[in-house]
Amino acid sequence: MGNLFWIFISAMVVNNFTLAYFLGLCPFMGVSGRIYTALRMGAANVFVLTVASICAWFLNTFILPYAPYLKLISFILVIASAVQITEMTIKKLSPALFRALGIYLPLITTNCAILFMAWSQANRGYSFAEGLFFAWGAGAGLTVALVLMASIREDLEYVEIPAIARGNAIVFIIAGILSLAFMGFAGLLSS
Amino acid sequence: MSGNGGSDVTSGQRVLPQASSQRPEVPSWRLLVTLGSAGALAGLLLVFVYYLTQPAIQAYKARMLREAVQEVLKGPQRWDTLYVYEGALTPQPPADVDAASLEMVFLGYGADGERLGFAISGAEPGFQDLIELIFGYDPQAGTVIGMKVLANKETPGLGDKIVKDSAFVAEFDGPQAPLAGVKSGRATGAANEVDMITGATISSRTVIRIINNRLERLRPILEAYLEEAS
Amino acid sequence: MPRKTTAAQDFRRGIWRENPVFIQMLGLCPALAVSNTVLNSLAMGLATFFVLFCSSVLVATFKKLIPAEVRISTYILIIATFVTVADMTLEAVVPEIHKALGAFIALIVVNCIILGRQEAFASKNTVPRAMIDAVGTGIGFIIAMLMMGTIREILGYGTFLGFPLFGGNYEPWIIFILPPGGFFTIGFILLGLNWWERRKLERARSGEPPVGVAVGRAA
Repeated sequence: MGNLFWIFISAMVVNNFTLAYFLGLCPFMGVSGRIYTALRMGAANVFVLTVASICAWFLNTFILPYAPYLKLISFILVIASAVQITEMTIKKLSPALFRALGIYLPLITTNCAILFMAWSQANRGYSFAEGLFFAWGAGAGLTVALVLMASIREDLEYVEIPAIARGNAIVFIIAGILSLAFMGFAGLLSS
Repeated sequence: MSGNGGSDVTSGQRVLPQASSQRPEVPSWRLLVTLGSAGALAGLLLVFVYYLTQPAIQAYKARMLREAVQEVLKGPQRWDTLYVYEGALTPQPPADVDAASLEMVFLGYGADGERLGFAISGAEPGFQDLIELIFGYDPQAGTVIGMKVLANKETPGLGDKIVKDSAFVAEFDGPQAPLAGVKSGRATGAANEVDMITGATISSRTVIRIINNRLERLRPILEAYLEEAS
Repeated sequence: MPRKTTAAQDFRRGIWRENPVFIQMLGLCPALAVSNTVLNSLAMGLATFFVLFCSSVLVATFKKLIPAEVRISTYILIIATFVTVADMTLEAVVPEIHKALGAFIALIVVNCIILGRQEAFASKNTVPRAMIDAVGTGIGFIIAMLMMGTIREILGYGTFLGFPLFGGNYEPWIIFILPPGGFFTIGFILLGLNWWERRKLERARSGEPPVGVAVGRAA
């Protein structure tokens, strides 16, 4: 149990997917303007991460021992299909949620966080439960980073920013400061 | 042609259904043939490259392992690979068990065939991420012979001294197990003391903890194996 | 195609004016994650170049055979194949660098630069033009990686390609080789580019009030 907890916290804060591994930067730069959108994007990510983690575990246990060279191809195809299936399921079950998630769902296919999660899960030899907690921790970490960034950017609109820092420059520098703050979590679970 | 390749990617995916409704319908067998033949060609290329690169990759992994075992057992003449299977050491696990999935220890022998000790690997979370290491253990004397960190993501300049600080690495040459970490300058001279690195207390403590935890679990197994063998 | 470009324009475009990393904001993940030393940056740049070039050639060659409905899947399949080839080759030839780059080699698959060039260029142009475009964009990515890697290695280790640049008294800014340093480095490069663009604009100003020029666009 301690191991599962450590995997979760490590992926969420100590080695935050966005702020320490630079994963999911496209949505981080693109949709972190509003807290509400950031939360929805985070939720979509958690969902796809969970599906991808289960699929990756199956591939890794039953197929890849026999064909290790297919690892990357099978992972990326599984992720693309998982996103597609998620999209169709949500469309059927809850059209309102589907509209709310909008273009974020297909975008997730090219979100490197998903592939990184599946790849690392396989490389570290995680069990089924460990993989799930890894995926949830990663999803929680992405959501935390997105929401933090969005809340700062919402306030940034009322601030006089020097002209040369407008656009992405200031977002990167804020991300750097957030990343610096998250370094403070190091050593959290090992004293 | 503008430079917004990123939005091209996403719009390409969204535009897909509309594009197909404007164009004449492509029969689905053609879609399957395209994907199928692309997949078959990809598979063929990958198998070819896989068999081309595998020898070099395996040779590198074997060399890394050999160097690590050489270092922590202080230059054994030869060594045996032993698998931990059902609470005992065995040189040959049953055929229906995947040997690669079992825990391994390495028993090193000196020039006259005497046993030098076991090389044991372990991993636990350090300051930033997992620290992986291998260490040598002499069961007759009950001492740690040597330690080598295999992988770590500790802070450069501070935590990574567990690899780069040769004085710290040398501390693991001969202390009595179980080890006890002491802050530098507070040493009392006891046989199980290991001086920790100033500024990298958590990383040093993790190294000591990995060794102690592994030994606590494996020591009965190692001793049982030696008794049986002698 | 909205407008015709010459081969020379195709080549130059990706290198600087539409640099994939600094202007288009694509491929940020590798540009930040493995740019802590010049050597790692170069290896990642070359691996990405290889995948981009091979995929572009293949997609341009078979563009007529790939139905529009499955083109994205086919592109991803092609890209993933070349990434796997690059991954295994790096592991066999330079295992130390392969270990340092880790999972980020696999992530070349989801590097938007590559899929973006297939969708926007290689699938609509002849093979030689696709090659020129891939070489230009690939060089642009390598330049961006090298800029990041050089700044971060010099400040973070005080070395260039492992050779010490300063005397023993130099206290390295370790923060630059840690994750925050990646964000700060690209942030300051963008600040510099914005400043440069603004200065050019002000010099060429023809009565219009100066406006803040945001160089980067979010992808």
